[in-house]
Amino acid sequence: MNTLKPSKHNIKTYLPAGIILIAFSFLDVIMNSFFQIDLVGFFPGIISYFFPLIIGFIGLYLIRVEFSGVRNLDILNKNINSNNFNAVLTLLTLFVILKSISPLINWFFLEANFVGNSKEDCTGDGACWVFIKVWFRRLIYGMYPDPEQWRINTAFLLLFTLVGITFFAPAKIKKYFILFLIFVYPFIGIKLIGGGDFGLTYVETAAWGGLSLTFIISAFAIIFCFPIGVFLALGRRSNLPAIKYISIGFIELWRGVPLITVLFMASVMFPMFLPDGTFIDKLIRVLFAITMFEAAYMAEVVRGGLQALPKGQYEAARSLGMGYWRMNFLIILPQALKLVIPGIANTLLALVKDTPLIFVVGLMELAGMIRLAKTNPNWLGMAMEGYVFAGLVFWIICYAMSRYSQNLEKKLSTER
Amino acid sequence: MKKIIELKNVNKWFDKFQALKDVSLEVNQQEKIVICGPSGSGKSTLIRCINRLEEHQEGQIIVDGNEISENTKDIEKIRAEVGMVFQQFNLFPHLSILDNCTLAPIWVKKMPKKKAEEIAMQNLERVQIADQAKKFPGQLSGGQQQRSALARALCMEPKIMLFDEPTSALDPEMIKEVLDAMVDLAKAGMTMIVVTHEMGFAKEVADNMIFMDEGRIVEKAKTKDFFDNPKSDRTKLFLSQIL
Repeated sequence: MNTLKPSKHNIKTYLPAGIILIAFSFLDVIMNSFFQIDLVGFFPGIISYFFPLIIGFIGLYLIRVEFSGVRNLDILNKNINSNNFNAVLTLLTLFVILKSISPLINWFFLEANFVGNSKEDCTGDGACWVFIKVWFRRLIYGMYPDPEQWRINTAFLLLFTLVGITFFAPAKIKKYFILFLIFVYPFIGIKLIGGGDFGLTYVETAAWGGLSLTFIISAFAIIFCFPIGVFLALGRRSNLPAIKYISIGFIELWRGVPLITVLFMASVMFPMFLPDGTFIDKLIRVLFAITMFEAAYMAEVVRGGLQALPKGQYEAARSLGMGYWRMNFLIILPQALKLVIPGIANTLLALVKDTPLIFVVGLMELAGMIRLAKTNPNWLGMAMEGYVFAGLVFWIICYAMSRYSQNLEKKLSTER
Repeated sequence: MKKIIELKNVNKWFDKFQALKDVSLEVNQQEKIVICGPSGSGKSTLIRCINRLEEHQEGQIIVDGNEISENTKDIEKIRAEVGMVFQQFNLFPHLSILDNCTLAPIWVKKMPKKKAEEIAMQNLERVQIADQAKKFPGQLSGGQQQRSALARALCMEPKIMLFDEPTSALDPEMIKEVLDAMVDLAKAGMTMIVVTHEMGFAKEVADNMIFMDEGRIVEKAKTKDFFDNPKSDRTKLFLSQIL
């Protein structure tokens, strides 16, 4: 039996034989999946189904030559073909991917419909992208009146330009741009979109919606929940009992309640406690609720970082004459925040993905608009297209944030 | 000689454990004192009380004319005048060596950045590490880190320097470079209180030696007397063990 084992001596015959077998197994799967041709259809059903797996497995066995001296073959064997079990896993994974690519491509592109204005134009078996196309403006701007939509565009264009300038600005003036972005821009943006002054027509917040609302809510909540969370984290570790217990109470209160309840309270219960005649816009109440909710989570993430720092850092800062605030802002927080970038990114991603919950108060961001569109009598049965689209958009946003946080981690690393 | 530090009957407890028992001590300007003693004897606690990294419960500690207690308003001001070097260096790992040195002068003493950098470079030069100024602490050896920490403390231009076992965490071949820097500093006339087991350094630099055990100052003597004819049996035993 040992003579049959693949080794350096029989590599000349085993390697080509193995490669041919593997190649044929893949050819079979590809033909099957993309062209509906069953090369081994003459076998009984179950054998023809498992045929590629069997001959692929034999092929992988034949090429599993230890220390063959062929570099690529050794790398391949070491990583995906180290034993029989791994060989089967490798084949299964690749076959599943190959088998699923074809229906996906069909649904997304080949059998999908892109042209037209109504559901009747969708004749293929695939996705009806006409749905997204027709509703596109609504998905982006919500119920915001068409002639005023340039204001949203301008606001976001201004934001991206400012962010761009800030990013490339020389270090000296960078902080002024950042301060402007955080403390001045939000009000400009809100005024521009909300209107009511400077000859801009007033657009009530109930009309805001779609992807632009997702951005507005996420951006506001991120900007405000971060500093609040940092102060809560510091507060929870404070030596002053009053501050400490207020922080703990606040964090545990918000963390212990589901966001959906918080939003509901913000929109239904909260106005009851206000004196008659006072009115706070629904969107502001929602923003406040989300911000506080996420700030509580942020606080615990930041506290994790604070606790990870050795006591010596505090002592060194104090021995140099730094008071509480200088110690925390110059020494402790820069290190602690750097440590918990993954946790911060986690919280912020969750925040972005929590925004669809605002449907409970009647506000509709991207996912909410899709819920609305799919229930339109002319467009019934479009849930799949809508949610796939929403999923893709959210994925792009979240993936970008995730990449940014990874870059930040690398940039701020001072080890070696 | 002007008194710069005065401790009167200081007592300190960590919960039930009494770390300092009735400690009294006077330090004159430019005086160098080395404190030695077995571990757990209260040496570190004593010098950490001087800049109030630890709080004492009874007695008086007076530093440069200011009494230190929970009522002290500007403890930061006093700390700014008392430099400290730690066993574990405690450099700020997120800042370069130069920034480590300039941070406190800029933010605590409100020094212009340029001047702070000048002073930092002078002090880094003094501990012979100026060529590493742009590096981060994690990129330096233990000895280099400890010298940077010394330079960082000196940048505040302190009147008093406290050393808490500055060479205990170092590899043997790096101890000398740190001790050399400390000897230089002593020769320049700094008031120093050093907790260390380096008796060679003590003999070379110290004016007075203090031996502590179980929270008490067992013996305080001129350096020569301390090593040549220690009075207390406890001191004799300790010296025989480490010399």
